[in-house]
Amino acid sequence: MTSAFHPHPEMLRIHDLHAFYGESHILHGIDLKVARGECVTLLGRNGSGRSTTLKSVLGLVGRRSGSIMVNGKEVIAEPTHRMARYGVGYVPEERAIFASLSCEENLLLPPQVASGGMSVDEIYRMFPNLLERRNSPGSKLSGGEQQMLAMARVLRTGAKLLLLDEITEGLAPVIVRKLGEVIIELKSRGFTIVMVEQNFRFAAPLADRHYVLEHGEIIATISAEELPGRMDWLHQTLGV
Amino acid sequence: MEIFGVPSALLGSQLLVGLINGSFYAILSLGLAIIFGLLNIINFTHGAQYMMGAFVAWIALNKLGINYWVALLLAPLAVGALGVLIERTMLRKLYKLDHLYGLLLTFGLALIFEGIFRDQYGISGQSYPVPELLQGGVNLGFMFLPIYRGWVVVAALTVCFATWFIIEKTKLGAYLRAGTENPQMVQALGINVPLLITFTYGFGVALAAFAGVLAAPIYQVSPLMGSNLIIVVFAVVVIGGMGSIMGSILTGIGLGLIEGLTRVFYPEASAVVVFVIMVIVLLVRPAGLFGKA
Repeated sequence: MTSAFHPHPEMLRIHDLHAFYGESHILHGIDLKVARGECVTLLGRNGSGRSTTLKSVLGLVGRRSGSIMVNGKEVIAEPTHRMARYGVGYVPEERAIFASLSCEENLLLPPQVASGGMSVDEIYRMFPNLLERRNSPGSKLSGGEQQMLAMARVLRTGAKLLLLDEITEGLAPVIVRKLGEVIIELKSRGFTIVMVEQNFRFAAPLADRHYVLEHGEIIATISAEELPGRMDWLHQTLGV
Repeated sequence: MEIFGVPSALLGSQLLVGLINGSFYAILSLGLAIIFGLLNIINFTHGAQYMMGAFVAWIALNKLGINYWVALLLAPLAVGALGVLIERTMLRKLYKLDHLYGLLLTFGLALIFEGIFRDQYGISGQSYPVPELLQGGVNLGFMFLPIYRGWVVVAALTVCFATWFIIEKTKLGAYLRAGTENPQMVQALGINVPLLITFTYGFGVALAAFAGVLAAPIYQVSPLMGSNLIIVVFAVVVIGGMGSIMGSILTGIGLGLIEGLTRVFYPEASAVVVFVIMVIVLLVRPAGLFGKA
């Protein structure tokens, strides 16, 4: 399998991104940059455009304009199925585990489109629950197991840029803790991570930078160092 | 020898007819189920594509001297290629619209294809000889089994179960099943879903054409042979459950046999028994016998 992946210091650069669902104009000129190996979060209230930003990178919105550079290459005109070849792995909010496939079939479904993907053994070491449930139908997995599977699935493909949408939503604290450990390990392995997160306490210690969205625009960029001094404003803005 | 007061030869021959019809129902409803599963299109052209399979075999034999065995491969490829063209140039534009548009387009195409063949060959059927290797029959003691009819059952069921195996047990089948559930996510995982859809439609159409070639030596090769059969096949798909692969195969065979038995015990009802069953199934289990509610 050929790979379009050659390292570039800037893993994701979005410029003046507009996105539409039908007649609805959802994103109004998003600008952001994520360097290789960074972890950033997109914060904001419901409907602020965080998930749409991730979907726009994949081409999963109705219409989009602007510029999306992945690993130094313009990809806004690329079809969705090519994005995995540029090293983009997407974990959607609803997890999208295929009910008609077993746990292992779900895991093995995506083709390995870039080099450096984790082996199945490595994945089972990282998520031992999945090994125990490998033959269970996707629909019979718990929420936490589905979330782990959704993440494991993209790690196998060779994705270098992970777009994670609300991965902790509705999960027990013990699973959330486990996911936090996984994110730390992935960071240490050099993965670039963009997270949409409601659970600010989960995201704050993991991220290098936070983008705050409101009404489809980025209204603030807060680095990890600036975060303690901006907490009051952030709580007020996010309503948490 | 009699069974329930019916001579065993009569019962056996009607069961064989039922099994043959059931094999055609199975292979045609399987194609429809695969297409509906991934494309969400009710392919009303399916009957015409079955008819074209038979005609390609007939034309190949009479105009080009191509024998049955080559036609069995050639006709599905040719009609499947036409299916790919239809998907690429027409159906693709309809995926974001209501199901009704796909149904209307495929229904219109069926009328056009049937019209073309009626214009060229009339409505009286053309005969297609049974291949030499499969002529004659075997006396089973309780009935006489024509070899060709036995071959049709074996070939149709082999293709049906091979298709089931591909869909349920292979990576390609996993793509298809996943694509049926959530095509957007399958694309996000790096799988070329538009190509998968084209392939699926072409394959479903090729199955119909394969059934057409199998049918050519049994029935008259006629422009209307598909439209006569397709209404029953749609009933089979509804009874089995829209999109259910194994449901289509088992329901097709089962209903063929029930039809055959009805022909023996209550012939007046044989033409409607499938539809009576469909009504009952829709009332009791609207998603079909094997469909997921």
